[in-house]
Amino acid sequence: MICVFRAFARVLPAFGLAFWLALQPTTAGAEVARVAVASNFSTAAKLLAAEFEATSIHRIRLSSGSTGKLYSQLRLQAPFDAFLAADQERPRLLEAGGFAVAGSRFTYAVGRLVLWSPTADSVGPRDLERGEFRRIAIAQPALAPYGAAAIEVIESLGLRATLEPKLVYGENIGQTFAFVASGNAELGFVAASQLGDRAGARWLPPEASHLPVRQDAVLINADSMAAREFLAFLRSDAALALLHDFGYAPP
Amino acid sequence: MTTPDLAALVLTAWLAFATTAVLLVIGTPLAWWLARTESAGKPFIEALVALPLVLPPTVLGFYLLLLFNPGAPLGAFWLSVTGDTLTFSFAGLVVASVVYSLPFMVQPLASAFSSVARAPMEAAASLRASPLDAFFSVAVPLSARGFITAAVLTFAHTLGEFGVVLMVGGNLPDRTRVVSIAIYEHVETLAYREAHALSAILLLVSFVVLTLVYAFNRRHSVRVG
Repeated sequence: MICVFRAFARVLPAFGLAFWLALQPTTAGAEVARVAVASNFSTAAKLLAAEFEATSIHRIRLSSGSTGKLYSQLRLQAPFDAFLAADQERPRLLEAGGFAVAGSRFTYAVGRLVLWSPTADSVGPRDLERGEFRRIAIAQPALAPYGAAAIEVIESLGLRATLEPKLVYGENIGQTFAFVASGNAELGFVAASQLGDRAGARWLPPEASHLPVRQDAVLINADSMAAREFLAFLRSDAALALLHDFGYAPP
Repeated sequence: MTTPDLAALVLTAWLAFATTAVLLVIGTPLAWWLARTESAGKPFIEALVALPLVLPPTVLGFYLLLLFNPGAPLGAFWLSVTGDTLTFSFAGLVVASVVYSLPFMVQPLASAFSSVARAPMEAAASLRASPLDAFFSVAVPLSARGFITAAVLTFAHTLGEFGVVLMVGGNLPDRTRVVSIAIYEHVETLAYREAHALSAILLLVSFVVLTLVYAFNRRHSVRVG
C-alpha cells in the first residue's frame, strides 16, 4: 500500500504540471470567461458560446442554474465573470450591491412562457379550467422568473385556487421541463426556448397576462476581456438571429 | 419558526419513521439471508445493497423519475392501486428513502446476525422450536444491538436525505418539502435566518441521536465467541 503512495508521490509533480498546462491559455491574450446562465437560456447559451469561440481567441465556460440560486452565489462572490439572468431584478440588485460592474447591465433577450403538454391534443385556458390532469409543473416562483410569470398567468385566469393542489415545483425551469418531458407531470409552464420542435400541444399565454420575461445580462468581473467581448457578441446581429430561432423576442 | 418550516420538520420525522419501519420489515430477512447464505449469488446481492452508498443521489433520482412516471409499469401500477402518483407524493419519498437507506439497515443487521453462533440456534431447533420461533426468541435478542444501530442509522440517514427528494419530490408543502429541501430553498432565497434555525435543529437532533446510539453500544456490548 505504502509503495503505491510513494509511486504516486513521485508522479504527482508531473500531474501537477500537466494540469497547470491544461489551464493555460493557448494563445497570448486569450482568456477563459466563466458565465453563469439562467437555466432557460442554457441551450441557447451553449450555441452562442460555440459561435463566439469560432471567431474569438477567448473561451467561454457556462454554469447553469436558477436565477435565484446563481444570484445568491454571486452575492457570496462566486468566481463568475458574467451573469445572464432570467430577470432584471437580480442583475439590478447585484449592481446596486457592488457585486457587478456598474453600467454594464443590458437586456439580452425577452423570453416567452409556454404551456406545454407532450401528450395532450390541446392545451389552453379551458384545459386548465377543466383540470383533467393530475399534475402541472411550474418553476419555483421565488427562484425562477419563469415560475413567477407562470403564477401571474394562472392568477390572471383566476385559477390559482383550482390549480394550487395540482402544482409541482421544479427547482429551476430545466427541472420543470424534465418533470413534463418524463411524463411525471402531464403539462407545465416552460420556456419557449426549451421546446424547439418537440411534439405535443402548446399554448402561448397572451403577453398581457404576465410581465414579459425581460432577461438582463451583467458583467461581474471588470477585468475579464473574454466576458466583455462575449456580452458584446450577445448584441450582434448573428446572436439576435439565433435568439429568434430559440423563440426569444428581441430586447 | 414559521408554520411551513414546522410542517417540514414534522414531515421529515414521519418520513424517517416510515422508512425505518419499512426497512425493518424488508431488511431483516435480507440481512439474515446474507449472514447465513453460502450461495454463489451473495456477492451480487451484497453489491446491490451497498450501491446507494457509492452512487450519487442524482443517479437514483433520475432512475426513480423514469420508474415512477405513470407511463412506466411501476408508476402505472401504483397509480391504479392508490390513485396517486409516486412522484411528488409522500409514498414516493418513502420508496426512494427505502432504496437510499437500504445499506444503513442491512449492513449492521447482517454483521450482528453473522455473530449469532450456530449452537444456540441448533439448541433451539432441538427443543422443537420452529425456525421462525428460534429466530425471534434466540437470534433477535442476541442481535438487539445490531437492530438498534441499524434502526437509528437508517432514521438519521433519512433525516438528512436531500438529492433524491429534490429530484422526485417537487417541493410540495406538507407532502414532499422535507427539512433539507426547506433549508436549500431558504439559502437560495437568501433567507439565512430561517436556514440557520432549521439547520441548527437538524444538527442538534442528528448529534443527539448518534451520541445515544454510541453510548448504548458501549454499555451493552455483546460478547461474541
